[in-house]
Amino acid sequence: MSAVIETHHDDHAHGPAKGITRWLFTTNHKDIGTLYLWFSFTMFLIGGCLALVIRAELFQPGLQFVDPAFFNQMTTNHGLIMVFGAIMPAMVGLANWLVPLMIGAPDMALPRLNNLSFWILPFAFGLLISTLFMEGGGPNFGWTFYAPLSTTYAPSTVTFFIFGVHMMGASSIMGSINIIATILNMRAPGMTLMKMPLFVWTWLITAYLLLAVMPVLAGVVTMMLFDVHFHTSFFNAAGGGDPVMFQHIFWFFGHPEVYIMILPAFGVVSQIIPTFARKPLFGYDSMVYAVASIAFLSFIVWAHHMFTVGMPLAGQLFFMYATMLIAVPTGVKVFNWVATMWRGSMTFETPMLFSIAFVILFTIGGFSGLMLAMTPVDFQYQDTYFVVAHFHYVLVPGSLFAIIAAVYYWLPKWCGRMYDESLGKLHFWLSFIGVNVTFFPQHFSGLAGMPRRVPDYALQFADFNMISSIGAYFFGFSQVFFLFIVIKTIRSGKAATARVWDGAHGLEWTVPSPAPYHTFTHPPTVTDAEAHS
Amino acid sequence: MTSHRAKPWKLVVLVVGMFGFGFALVPLYGVLCKITGLGGRTGDLYVYDPASVKLDESRLVKVNLLTNTNDGMTWTFRAEQRVLRVHPGELNEAKFYVRNTTDRVMVAQAVPSLAPGSAAEFFHKTECFCFARQVLGPGEELEMPMRFFVSSDLPRNLDSISLSYTLFDVTQLAADGQIATGA
Repeated sequence: MSAVIETHHDDHAHGPAKGITRWLFTTNHKDIGTLYLWFSFTMFLIGGCLALVIRAELFQPGLQFVDPAFFNQMTTNHGLIMVFGAIMPAMVGLANWLVPLMIGAPDMALPRLNNLSFWILPFAFGLLISTLFMEGGGPNFGWTFYAPLSTTYAPSTVTFFIFGVHMMGASSIMGSINIIATILNMRAPGMTLMKMPLFVWTWLITAYLLLAVMPVLAGVVTMMLFDVHFHTSFFNAAGGGDPVMFQHIFWFFGHPEVYIMILPAFGVVSQIIPTFARKPLFGYDSMVYAVASIAFLSFIVWAHHMFTVGMPLAGQLFFMYATMLIAVPTGVKVFNWVATMWRGSMTFETPMLFSIAFVILFTIGGFSGLMLAMTPVDFQYQDTYFVVAHFHYVLVPGSLFAIIAAVYYWLPKWCGRMYDESLGKLHFWLSFIGVNVTFFPQHFSGLAGMPRRVPDYALQFADFNMISSIGAYFFGFSQVFFLFIVIKTIRSGKAATARVWDGAHGLEWTVPSPAPYHTFTHPPTVTDAEAHS
Repeated sequence: MTSHRAKPWKLVVLVVGMFGFGFALVPLYGVLCKITGLGGRTGDLYVYDPASVKLDESRLVKVNLLTNTNDGMTWTFRAEQRVLRVHPGELNEAKFYVRNTTDRVMVAQAVPSLAPGSAAEFFHKTECFCFARQVLGPGEELEMPMRFFVSSDLPRNLDSISLSYTLFDVTQLAADGQIATGA
């Protein structure tokens, strides 16, 4: 981070404060973006360590390292930390850094709120992770925390979990309000909505999704809190409640949540592919409409997560067809990315490699999603490793690869230095091989019937699990290599130009590298070359 | 600038509204379950009026009665007759037996669930132990009646209905004064 602190001659306003107070009290969108990104990387490593505990235990059949109760805590916290601690804050960090730069705004609309929404997060996750060291252990009911497992049968630390979720929800809501207010109010003159870079568009829609569903999540954990401590019976059948209702309310939040994690990734890839294909994005308008339709559809498909709990035939058919309908706008997006590359003068720098891998591997994850959407076959796949393979394909080579691509793509703008291209490419190939070796065999063990969230399994799954575990360690250590590359870039990378990539368009490339502490204090002129990238 | 300042507050209203919506889903879900029989929920106490009920002696519907005790509930709980064959429209009585096998006073609540859910709106209970809770002393036993009839509007393709009762230990809930009776 030292390079970020460096002052530059073209830095016309006052620079950042010195010392730790700079980070504690900062209201600067670039500082807060940096904080979000480092925080999410830390969480990514912690969540990754939990994943490696899981994969170590599953390396061979039988119980070797951890007891089943601890194993359950590992799966639960791995999911919670990766979803709420790694992917979401990383996307918010990118939004903080990039949205003001892309729309020509001097900062976020509500800078103090921005500081608060970041600084809640370390406390929220401190609370959550501390439960692992408490008597009774941490949350062990799966990241979906189905009642009554998370109420009647929960460990006593569930209250810490509930408050943790409340805090991260509050953080996301404040962050979203800030992003919407920034995008709607602070665009430079001439930056009309349909000229905004696609990353800004995807974040605008994501922020609305967050505002719509994070309060529902807060509501459902509040009901849990009442059931656990105040003897209400929201989810307790004995008192007139209904545990299945928990699943409905949870997935009403949970399904839009998965699009919250992928839509900004769509935005990132839609910025990177045109740069390295040296062509404007194919079908910009259809991209915007596709994102909007995916966001709308995400509200009416939640019950496809719970086909097996029983619902009327009409309900099964509705949720099956509505789910399959999402493949249409998603297909439009994949088509447009491919069409953008078609006959482009492509080069394959690291961000582009990660983006192309995103398009291919996310599509594989999308196809396994279509298989799961079919009600009759879902009865077979429900709660198997096939589901695990599916959502890891959309989240790891999906959201995570997009975040890594974004870091390589904009890191020169953030710190003023170029990363080492050959190290970046090596990191890509290690990650690409690692991710596929880890998750591809899980399709097969899942189709063969291996249940998820188990510490032990039948002998016939031994080979696939061993391959998967080897891949997981390979992938995990490749990400430590990524940390090394980023630190090396910040400390000793070659100086980057303002434009960085010769095919790059957008207002963020018109400011010097590294981006000065204050940018666009006077609104820039939005030219056709820099908008609508 | 004033119009710009107004926007974040509109978003806060959206957030508060969605938080309320999360809680509104609870009664909405209850209504939806009542209408569609989702989750196998059965209706409230029904008044049997022989004049308005059409008897259909041309067909027999099999009613399976299942009993379970919830995790940690040690009472004996069974249906005296596991299977009844009934004509739609006729009033039937089934008997259930419970015994408190412990050496302390306990309170129990039976929660019904009907399968298939699409039959729920045609299944009417005119008397049921599930509408009240049972308080039994140590070793005490009880025979509990349940009267019901199946509406003659029951679709032809449904010839078998399963009614399951799960008995919950609600001693603690009752002691806390926090209990909803009826189901």
